[in-house]
Amino acid sequence: MNLAEKILAAHTDRKKVSPGEFVNAKVDVVMSNDITAPIAIKEFQKIGVSRVFDPKKIVMVLDHFMPTRDIASAEIGKMMREFCCEQKAVLFEIGKAGIEHVLLPEQGIVLPGQVVIGGDSHTCTYGAVGTFATGVGSTDLAAAMATGDLWMKVPPTIKFVYNGNLKRWVGGKDLILHTIGDIGVDGALYSAMEFTGEAIDALSMDGRFTMANMAIEAGGKAGLFHVDNKTQLYIKSKAQRPYNVYEPDPDAEYARVIEYDVADLEPQVSFPHSPANARPASQAGNVELNQAIIGSCTNGRLDDLRAAAQILKGKKVHPSMRCIVIPGSQQVYADALKEGLIEVFIEAGAAVSTPTCGPCFGGHTGVLAEGERCISTTNRNFVGRMGHPKSEVYLANPAVAAASAVTGRITHPDEVMK
Amino acid sequence: MLKGKVHKYGADVNTDVIIPARYLNIYDPMELAKHCMEDIDEDFLKRVEPGDIIMATTNFGCGSSREHAPMAIKAAGISCVIAKSFARIFFRNAINIGLPLLECEEAVDNTEAGDVLEVDLSKGEIKNITRGRTFTASPYPDFMAEIISSGGLIEYTKKRLMSGRV
Repeated sequence: MNLAEKILAAHTDRKKVSPGEFVNAKVDVVMSNDITAPIAIKEFQKIGVSRVFDPKKIVMVLDHFMPTRDIASAEIGKMMREFCCEQKAVLFEIGKAGIEHVLLPEQGIVLPGQVVIGGDSHTCTYGAVGTFATGVGSTDLAAAMATGDLWMKVPPTIKFVYNGNLKRWVGGKDLILHTIGDIGVDGALYSAMEFTGEAIDALSMDGRFTMANMAIEAGGKAGLFHVDNKTQLYIKSKAQRPYNVYEPDPDAEYARVIEYDVADLEPQVSFPHSPANARPASQAGNVELNQAIIGSCTNGRLDDLRAAAQILKGKKVHPSMRCIVIPGSQQVYADALKEGLIEVFIEAGAAVSTPTCGPCFGGHTGVLAEGERCISTTNRNFVGRMGHPKSEVYLANPAVAAASAVTGRITHPDEVMK
Repeated sequence: MLKGKVHKYGADVNTDVIIPARYLNIYDPMELAKHCMEDIDEDFLKRVEPGDIIMATTNFGCGSSREHAPMAIKAAGISCVIAKSFARIFFRNAINIGLPLLECEEAVDNTEAGDVLEVDLSKGEIKNITRGRTFTASPYPDFMAEIISSGGLIEYTKKRLMSGRV
């Protein structure tokens, strides 16, 4: 069995599972946020059980319209607080939390070998620590909160092998944008993606989170990494409960194996309106911009802020630009503060926000007007994603976003770091 | 038997255009329906009539996990969605809330916007009345058919809990 199959089998009463089979998998964590929780709570109440299956495994995060955008989102926050209080479930409150997919790994809640479901498509992020994690909707959450399991179709797995050492300014974001550019937004539809190879071995945990995060942008059900020394080191001080590490069998079967030589890969930029419209930053042409967003569940971790600060140090955000930096969690914010990164951003003329998903989905804190263009370290650039249906989002890594904030157009980091 | 005219779209229709995120602090289906498809098809709500059918090519419903997307489509009066393929979270959500989905490449290739279709869900039969042609969609696996026949995942879960199958 491959990694996805091994983890799923361990969560069923079967010794072996194969792609296409339907299983009821036990879930280790059921996560939801202020978009998916309200409907999940309402549906849970229709089932007719009084308690959730295990309150320690029900985690709710206030991060999308939070800190509250308006009265409607305030009502949602209130509903979630009341539910978690009544059920003794885990609620991450403003000021002690952050963006769910930055927060849960950092808190040692999601761990290797677990099956995790989340009411957010980017739940696949947790695959970076060897978790089988997948996004579901609110009704799925409601059922799983009641029963502790969920029906799943065992996915086929596509194995990706990245050979070569990455160049400067190239990281997890560029690997995944390049991959989606190659296989398309449905290239891994219904499949698990397993990421391997020497470039992956050398990649930091933060870079791995970025890649796993965007498995869904290729249609993937999960994006999995093997647990190595880096993972163990990351997990060790954080793990809140015991966990099991699984490895694929030597004779594991894969639907496909796709290999890339990434030694010459450049920073990538995905043009509107699809993450699959990836091209090298040096071939972007003259695209004038209005805004740069550095943050999100894709690129809101310490490594990301370090890369952006390295570029912005001693420079100024271009007069035609707004640059908004959003640390992914209170922990990332505090670490960035200690390292002097926040000072760099403020001196450069960037706005620094409290952790929130805000601008990524056009919610708040950076919504675009008609005709405006934004370079963003987020994960989607669909029509209207960040605001007006006639605005545009260009996806890139934090160094490219920071370099572009300095020049006011899409820019390769080398251009401003000569 | 479902019957309605077709609203046809292309590939990768994502949940952000089905229901823009700016409305996600709403979870009342009728309120959501007022904004269904507005960023991709401004006139959709003016044209749509109860029973109508959405048709698309590949990867319909890609993007976020928002159940608001199938909820908005269902509340707008759409009786079913026919596509060559669906994104997986959208597929689960639709099945779970009782919005019928059918996968049928042939029907999509041989139907134009405005055509009138008659759909027999139990047989997976799609009849194009306008063109006089009949197509058959891939059947649901037994497991999923059980959820559908229970009336959605909540009813299915109730049955499981009552029969001690948890």
